[in-house]
Amino acid sequence: MLDKNQIAQRIAQEVKEGYYVNLGIGIPTLVANFVRDDIQVEFQSENGILGMGPFPFKGEEDADLINAGKQTITALKGASYFDSATSFSMIRGQHVDLTILGAMEVSQNGDIANWKIPGKMVKGMGGAMDLVASAENIIVAMMHTNRAGQSKLLKQCSLPLTGVNCVKKIVSNLAVLEIIDGKFKLLERAPGVSVSEIQKATLGDLIIEGDIPQMKF
Amino acid sequence: MINKTVANVQHACRGVEDGMTFMLGGFGLCGIPENAIAELVRLDVKEVTCISNNAGVDNFGLGLLLQKRQIKKMISSYVGENAEFERQMLSGELEVELIPQGTLAQRCLAAQSGVPAFYTPAGYGTEVGEGKESRDFNGKMHLLEHAFKAQFSFVKAWKGDTAGNLIFKGTARNFNPNMCGAAKITVAEVEHLVPAGELDPNQIHIPGIFVQRIFQGEHYQKRIEQRTVRQRV
Repeated sequence: MLDKNQIAQRIAQEVKEGYYVNLGIGIPTLVANFVRDDIQVEFQSENGILGMGPFPFKGEEDADLINAGKQTITALKGASYFDSATSFSMIRGQHVDLTILGAMEVSQNGDIANWKIPGKMVKGMGGAMDLVASAENIIVAMMHTNRAGQSKLLKQCSLPLTGVNCVKKIVSNLAVLEIIDGKFKLLERAPGVSVSEIQKATLGDLIIEGDIPQMKF
Repeated sequence: MINKTVANVQHACRGVEDGMTFMLGGFGLCGIPENAIAELVRLDVKEVTCISNNAGVDNFGLGLLLQKRQIKKMISSYVGENAEFERQMLSGELEVELIPQGTLAQRCLAAQSGVPAFYTPAGYGTEVGEGKESRDFNGKMHLLEHAFKAQFSFVKAWKGDTAGNLIFKGTARNFNPNMCGAAKITVAEVEHLVPAGELDPNQIHIPGIFVQRIFQGEHYQKRIEQRTVRQRV
């Protein structure tokens, strides 16, 4: 079973040369730490920076330089700043190559829910609805089950949706899955996790073809 | 040169009344119009609608107006950092319209640029799309969204000149430029106010035509919400 950093490390393998990448809050933010340093990649944060760098050294924090999670950051050489409308022109206009975000639930047809639990938690969708509605390449980083042990990979989402038919790939603490023809297709399993454990933790329809390889790091 | 300068925040906020709709720039606490917010608290205007990406934190930013129950309705994309906000929303005291962040920005831009409405795919198939006109373009469904209508825009820039030209700094830019000229009156507060002619016209982000009043802001706190640092190796 993977921890959050290992999920991020596995997702980092999906980041390719020349990609502009938008990272959501939570596990996705960690992906930046694991991207190979021999490829050229730029991170976009929807509050208005392209070319986002690591956290600043202590004493060098700048209140005017944050990411979408409101964390202090730095800008790399070649970075640019822009307004919110321009930021979403990049996103809606499909200029961003890869979007990585978290989810509370994903359904087997690629619907995603991650912004609201009616009556309990209403934080808002932020930029997630714009991202999932327009991005061509969306990877979801998530835990396979919730704290009560219930599957978060479902036939249909029970929570209010963020977007429909949009998720392409999921990297969870148990597996890598692809969404194909309205089903979850198992691609890889986490080290030490069996196919039957993944089956038990997945409520949606699961396609298992041949031997399922273990993730490589 | 048309002089847009006003003496102070009191002059800048003249005409503000109960029941009005305001736009306020900022992302979290980054780039918020601190002086204007303090003046709105002092004026104690009530029943206002605020269009702003976030609602501040409990004791700063728009959280200050929430504490005094001055806000009737919030139009935002993300409100996760404010316990008082959540309490007022769940109890029904506060009306809240949550909309996708890109739609929020584009509705500001539409108001600024005289476009009454536009189509966007964001929110289609979700509760954001309920009751909205939808339409297929190139095999993909889109929602019709409308330009905002507001009486005042309150924005904050890094530098500005007496003609109302503005330059923003870092990610404090965010919604501020999109809200300029998007309300009947745009009030810009700046950290550095300089005479017209001192700013390089090549470097201006927002031309003064979009700004009606500009003033030198004071006592900026520029609070950091999440102070994240790395260790030196």
